[in-house]
Amino acid sequence: MKILVALKQVPDTETRIKVAADGKSIDPADVKWITSPYDEYALEEAIRLKESKAAEVTVVSLGGDSVKDVLRNALALGADNAVLLKSDASDPLAIATALAAWAKDKNFDLIMAGNKGIGGDNASVGPMVAELLGIAQANVVVKLEIGDGTFRAEREIEGGTEVIEGKLPAVITAQKGLNEPRYASLKGIMGAKKKTIEEIDGAAPSGSTSIVGMVMPPARPEGRKLDGDPAQQAAALLSALTDEAKIF
Amino acid sequence: MILVFCELKDGKLRKPSAEALSEGRRLADASGKSLGALFVGASNAGATDAANYGADVILTCEAPHLASYSSDAFAHAIADAVKTKGATVLLGGATAMGKDALPRAAARLGAGYAGDVTGLSMVDGKLQAVRPVYAGKAFATTAFTSNIQVATTRPNVFTATEKAGAGAMESLPSPAGDFLAIVKEILAKGSGKADLTEANIIVSGGRGMKNGENFAILEELADALGAVVGASRAAVDAGWGISHGMQVGQTGKVVSPTLYIACGISGAIQHIAGMSGSKYIVAINKDPEAPIFKLASYGIVGDLFEVVPELTKAAKAMGLAAQ
Repeated sequence: MKILVALKQVPDTETRIKVAADGKSIDPADVKWITSPYDEYALEEAIRLKESKAAEVTVVSLGGDSVKDVLRNALALGADNAVLLKSDASDPLAIATALAAWAKDKNFDLIMAGNKGIGGDNASVGPMVAELLGIAQANVVVKLEIGDGTFRAEREIEGGTEVIEGKLPAVITAQKGLNEPRYASLKGIMGAKKKTIEEIDGAAPSGSTSIVGMVMPPARPEGRKLDGDPAQQAAALLSALTDEAKIF
Repeated sequence: MILVFCELKDGKLRKPSAEALSEGRRLADASGKSLGALFVGASNAGATDAANYGADVILTCEAPHLASYSSDAFAHAIADAVKTKGATVLLGGATAMGKDALPRAAARLGAGYAGDVTGLSMVDGKLQAVRPVYAGKAFATTAFTSNIQVATTRPNVFTATEKAGAGAMESLPSPAGDFLAIVKEILAKGSGKADLTEANIIVSGGRGMKNGENFAILEELADALGAVVGASRAAVDAGWGISHGMQVGQTGKVVSPTLYIACGISGAIQHIAGMSGSKYIVAINKDPEAPIFKLASYGIVGDLFEVVPELTKAAKAMGLAAQ
């Protein structure tokens, strides 16, 4: 069984985002870069399948040289191969097209990724890759079982989960709850240093969207503190919510 | 034509669909286009409701094998409808289904996609979207270069406005019944309450709740206010048995309710990112220096274990849940 895990490098969730001078991107200064948290669940699931079903796990990412950190970390966690598609594509369809074009003839049974890359937050590359390859998809998955050429996935929906059954190959995007990702072992980290990251040039299809502006969220109006004992505070809050905010 | 993919639940138009239709109507009026509502399923009784939100045409793609959701079959039916009607803009609510089917339909159409948008306009005949990025730490304006433009609208942001449309019914051919994947079963959580992303009021607990059992007082307050209970990452990761489905924040649900009541939540950056789009924020925290107070419309410095029960008692006395 061959599994591909697509990884994205993103700013740490504790990072304060600032808009860059160009007014349409983020200021990279002081940004700590990490593997997108949802991608970690995808990678963990792939490594568990490798352990239970003798799968071969390849990780791929798009971007420049800095993305190698993410790939190296995945190798340390147990991925067998790592590929860097050198590209400055940022539009979801362009990224999906580059990934699908590369993956097309590689016979992956399973293509996994996080349900969204925290950052762009479009949550669209997974389903786009599935469509471009003409294969099944299950997104926001919290439970996955792989059968003989089939899969069974539970995915989060409003107020519960739904069970999806489908054929392999498939694109599966992971949600928190799918598993508990492991930490890299010292042996894994040392081993990863010796592995090569394959670099492929020229994967830069034209995009269909572009970000033309970026602003910080509007400042919230000044609030006020409600004083008194708990009963007075509760009464003051409910009257403010009723009379000022008109919520009730 | 601006086409809106619509969903029915128990035979009724879902609120996120009504919101997307209303926004579609506004964009159609601004750009001289017509508005179509598209329904895919085994039975689309209830689709006529789309006329109440301005649909000129109501398109149905109906077949017994579409009774269960299949991402590939639905995405193909949606893409086919766009092509058949020559639509240039495709919208839908950013629901579990909308976020699953519309990016796939966009890829089939070679169209650009903007997910979870909070603002839309037509610029030079093309859609332009404002959307939160980095879970709301910044807002980006997305312009499209593709001939067809696809976007999903974040629930609770656009207003569903009743406006009569012609609502002419038209049925479309359905896709073949050979699916790559299909929903076999729906496992409800059983609460029967609204999802966090659609909730109008959220009562949320953080590390200050001290344990999972204490969330019972938040459930009681939520019942008294007609609200849904959420949690911070700290509470979910603490091993208190709080489901990750309840997590609000950058690595959980990004929510924009009318009212968000944060109990024992200090206000970590990643949490604030997930809820700062709330219209009103109430913070209840013992620590007067907690960052959450900087966002709060109303701040209560105090012990949540004293304040929350008082709130519940007063809300019950006022009968707020029913309003």
